[in-house]
Amino acid sequence: MFDVGYMIGLMPVLLGYLPLTLQIATASMAFALVLACLLAIVRVLAVPGLDLVVRLFISFFRGTPLLVQLFLFYYGLPQVIGFLLAINGITAAILGLTLHFAAYMAESIRAAIVGVDRSQSEAALSVGMTTGQMMRRIVLPQAARVAAPTLMNYFIDMIKSTSLAFTLGVTELMGATQKEAAGSFRYLEAFLAVAVIYWVVVEALSVVQRRLETALGRAYRR
Amino acid sequence: MIAVEGLVKRFGDRTVLDGVDLSIRRGEIVVVIGPSGTGKSTLLRCFNYLERPDAGIVRVGDVTVDARTATKAEILALRRATAFVFQSYALFANKTALQNIAEGLIVVKKVPKREALERARAILDRVGLGDRADAYPAALSGGQQQRVGIGRAMALEADLILFDEPTSSLDPEWVQEVLDVMKSLAESHQTMLVVTHEMSFARDVADRVVFMDGGRIVEEGPPGRLFSDPSDERTRGFLRKILAGQGG
Ligand SMILES: Nc1ncnc2c1ncn2[C@@H]1O[C@H](COP(=O)(O)OP(=O)(O)OP(=O)(O)O)[C@@H](O)[C@H]1O
Ligand SMILES: [Mg+2]
Repeated sequence: MFDVGYMIGLMPVLLGYLPLTLQIATASMAFALVLACLLAIVRVLAVPGLDLVVRLFISFFRGTPLLVQLFLFYYGLPQVIGFLLAINGITAAILGLTLHFAAYMAESIRAAIVGVDRSQSEAALSVGMTTGQMMRRIVLPQAARVAAPTLMNYFIDMIKSTSLAFTLGVTELMGATQKEAAGSFRYLEAFLAVAVIYWVVVEALSVVQRRLETALGRAYRR
Repeated sequence: MIAVEGLVKRFGDRTVLDGVDLSIRRGEIVVVIGPSGTGKSTLLRCFNYLERPDAGIVRVGDVTVDARTATKAEILALRRATAFVFQSYALFANKTALQNIAEGLIVVKKVPKREALERARAILDRVGLGDRADAYPAALSGGQQQRVGIGRAMALEADLILFDEPTSSLDPEWVQEVLDVMKSLAESHQTMLVVTHEMSFARDVADRVVFMDGGRIVEEGPPGRLFSDPSDERTRGFLRKILAGQGG
């Protein structure tokens, strides 16, 4: 019953949608990284007022399901905020993924910054650096090394989470599979094919992750 | 002109510096000694505002900072007029030996990168580490790390270098090489304020020794006089203990 030929034939078709999946993931990751750094710095410096807003933000986006957040942005908010009416599925997906993952990553980055030994920042100040120079030149690079493996894990998670974009009508990898399967009724073959594609992509990234860790660890080895 | 006047520092309701006055001439080497917990590190850390004093004035070069009115800009200027050598070395872990020394020149003094690296290389040679330029701190011995730490401070050409027990974390085998670098720095007339328990260094290199106890300066004078003829009972007691510990 299992149609291996169909599955293999489907692969190149599905792979055509992989670029869109990766584009959604990398765009969301880039935005999320920037946002997470800002959120983390607000938390670390305990900026009065802002800190409370950031904590609320993080709490909400960690405390509710990603799918609920995506539906909120795509279906819910446009009803009350006019400009969001023009929002398409891809934009809503990127927005949702960005905010959701930024909330998680902010906490990892904050922990990494706080984990940098106090003597490092004191040394930076003692040579006459400003707080900004100290952060950029000494603290953040060391924090990045600590946070990098975790952030890579979030990126891998992000790639898998892009599959939820199909619920917003986006024909990315998962959306395309869904359509193919609905047409052929070969659900097992189709979803197995897409599973293999996600798997291979994630494994490839894991290799990159290990290389990155080695490179970043260079400064600390004998 | 380098001085602190009426320096007071409290942690909670504990007064750690209780009105310290100290002035240091250009090129002078002042060694601070005293029992543990007396406020020696706090004094040094107030000198560059790593610790903000509760009252008092700090003067280094053209910079005068009054604790009551200290602004960010004044504190930055004060830090740029001083340099600090830490007991735990505190080298930038993400930078090589050479980069550690060049960092302040590039980022703070805005020296062009090429020139900064050249100058850093010359300083590395001076502290005897010309061959370890590209080593990260984790790959260096304690003595080597501290020599880079001193090099980092030297590069800044500060009006005053503060040393907080620079040899106390070192294995005994590395102490002398660090003291030698400090000695050569002293010979070049760098103004230095040094907290140390190395009495031989104090005797041979210091122009003046300051004895602190209970957050105050109890007694000060040239090492010859202070060591042979201390006038305060607390100084005598402290010297007896420490000289016995160091075998004379
Ligand atoms: N950040 C801080 N918070 C609270 N108390 C502090 C802090 N830093 C120092 N102290 C206290 O202030 C006192 C003086 O400390 P300081 O480190 O200046 O002494 P010290 O003379 O350098 O001693 P040692 O010879 O052991 O280094 C100590 O009792 C210490 O516990
Ligand atoms: Mg101390």
